[in-house]
Amino acid sequence: MSTYDSTGESAAAGPKGTAADTTDGAIPQDARGTRRARLARSKAGRQRKGTWVTYLLIGIVTLVSVFPLYYTIVMASHTNAEMAAATPPILPNASIVDNLREAFKLAPLNKGLVNSFIVASAVTAGTVALCTLAGFAFAKLRFRFAAVLLAVVVGTMMVPMQMGIIPLYMLMARLGLANHLAAVILPTLVTAFGVFFMRQYVSSAVPDELIEAGYMDGAGPLRVFISIVVPAVRPAMAVLGMLTFLTSWNDFFWPIIALSSQNPTIQVAFQSLATGYAPQQSIIMAGTLYGTVPVLIVFALLGRQIVGGIMQGAIKG
Amino acid sequence: MSATDAAVPTTSVTRARKRRRRLPGSRIGYVYVLPFFVVFIAFSLYPWLDTAWVSLHSVRLTTYDESVWVGLDNYRNLFTNPYFWNAFRNTVTIGIISTVPQLLTALGIAHLLNYQLRGRTFFRVSMLMPYATSLAAATVIFLELFDPGLGLVNWFLETVHLPAVDWQNSKWPAQVAVSTIVIWRWTGYNALIYLAGMQAIDEDLYEAAAIDGANRWKQFIHVTLPGLRPVIIFTIVVSTIGASQLFGEPLLYHNGTPDGGTENQYQTLGLLMYQQGWAYDRLGLASATAWTMFVIIVLAVVVNLAIARWTGRPSQTARAEGETR
Repeated sequence: MSTYDSTGESAAAGPKGTAADTTDGAIPQDARGTRRARLARSKAGRQRKGTWVTYLLIGIVTLVSVFPLYYTIVMASHTNAEMAAATPPILPNASIVDNLREAFKLAPLNKGLVNSFIVASAVTAGTVALCTLAGFAFAKLRFRFAAVLLAVVVGTMMVPMQMGIIPLYMLMARLGLANHLAAVILPTLVTAFGVFFMRQYVSSAVPDELIEAGYMDGAGPLRVFISIVVPAVRPAMAVLGMLTFLTSWNDFFWPIIALSSQNPTIQVAFQSLATGYAPQQSIIMAGTLYGTVPVLIVFALLGRQIVGGIMQGAIKG
Repeated sequence: MSATDAAVPTTSVTRARKRRRRLPGSRIGYVYVLPFFVVFIAFSLYPWLDTAWVSLHSVRLTTYDESVWVGLDNYRNLFTNPYFWNAFRNTVTIGIISTVPQLLTALGIAHLLNYQLRGRTFFRVSMLMPYATSLAAATVIFLELFDPGLGLVNWFLETVHLPAVDWQNSKWPAQVAVSTIVIWRWTGYNALIYLAGMQAIDEDLYEAAAIDGANRWKQFIHVTLPGLRPVIIFTIVVSTIGASQLFGEPLLYHNGTPDGGTENQYQTLGLLMYQQGWAYDRLGLASATAWTMFVIIVLAVVVNLAIARWTGRPSQTARAEGETR
């Protein structure tokens, strides 16, 4: 699933750069109420107000999206017998706490959460730093074979992670990293998508005049990168960071090969919980819920930014 | 990736090239891309290529260094193996069942989200919740929802007087259930991608279409869809790649065993490869499967792009333009 999770974010190829700034909330937020904006919108006639049918349909979609998550809470607090009853329960209850306690005995969920946090943070830091640096070089520095190298990067976005796992596994074993978190961190420390995404953003967001001014003032390329480019592309770095963190947090295929159930990421812990010998389904559900809630909370808090980031990625990429 | 190539307007590329020529800092560029390429070559490029080499050998995990050259035997084994063809068929059918409804629904949702709505951030974030849920968690959750005895899905079917379905052991229902997990996780995400694409379409086109008397539906067909073409093609390509590698959902759907159900009724190529490598300890065969999968992915993407080009170009786009002018 790695491509879903990595290139997936790159999404697509719209008219590059043109509309990135008009996506999502930005424009209506700033312009709401000004006469010109209202005029423009009504003239276009496209942003029509939703009728009750629109809200009904959207409501159904929202319900379908959120209901399985809510129902996990219900499933986590009822025994198999209760779930199999003629009228299944619709509300959770306090037995969820006991079930969670049982889940802790079956899989190292807290260790999984800590490990996932370490892995996702390291991968995010590495990806954002290295991809921004490489993206800057590809966008603004002239060196031989730059075009060829960039083509290689873009071309490999299509190659699935599964292609290389056997040699990768042996490589990690030889490096003595089998079952170490480093085995999960290293291979995803850079992504082709990240380089391409940052290159696109640096190209459009950092005017050459600004960089030339930096050189004029006697700054070297590194100084220019740190003091001029990084501040200018910080929004894109944030977007890349959020998407990378989420992808890394949810990564499944490589971690279950590289890590054991004693030193798992949270996804590996889910797998051992789900495939272990839980006497009741509710225990599995409670553990799954426990491991999922942190990322959902973060997601709810940063939701607007993440939505904006994905939509921006869609147009930029 | 020609989807991406096609999308980058040539003007901006040439402009960037012209600009870049003026900037100093030539050789330092290598230094800046070096960290990326070191990691990339060590942990991506080298393993990919080595997989090809391993696929020509008989290799076991425990005796990895004592591999025996077998030429194309692994590929011969694979192509005469009924399990391979079963997995291939399953990958294709699950791919279709999971991708086609997903993208069509996403398009419809994007259209709805493009209306002026109160609480739109709430709707958008809610629709992305499944994307934030990991595939492991989602599969575990849906496994119970589809459980023949405990699950809400069968309860619902019985409530509306439909027969209960064995979502685990019968072939098509199991494939539908696995596909449902994929659809649930990715529809909202794709809807946002489409929404971004819709908002990038020039408003004047709609205005012109409206003046020409095109109703909302006609505007959707003749302005929105042509405008979204690059985005749609890209989502199809990404979904195809993802579907070709489907692994985690069918693995966890059968309790973490890579057989894809008791009769391999939802074993995908990704699962087969994992089974060959880690359950049967036949790394050479697994590597041959990996390369075969890669070739299949490339072919699938090429076919998709060819179809997209063939359907999109001549009549429809021209008509849309004719009508909006």
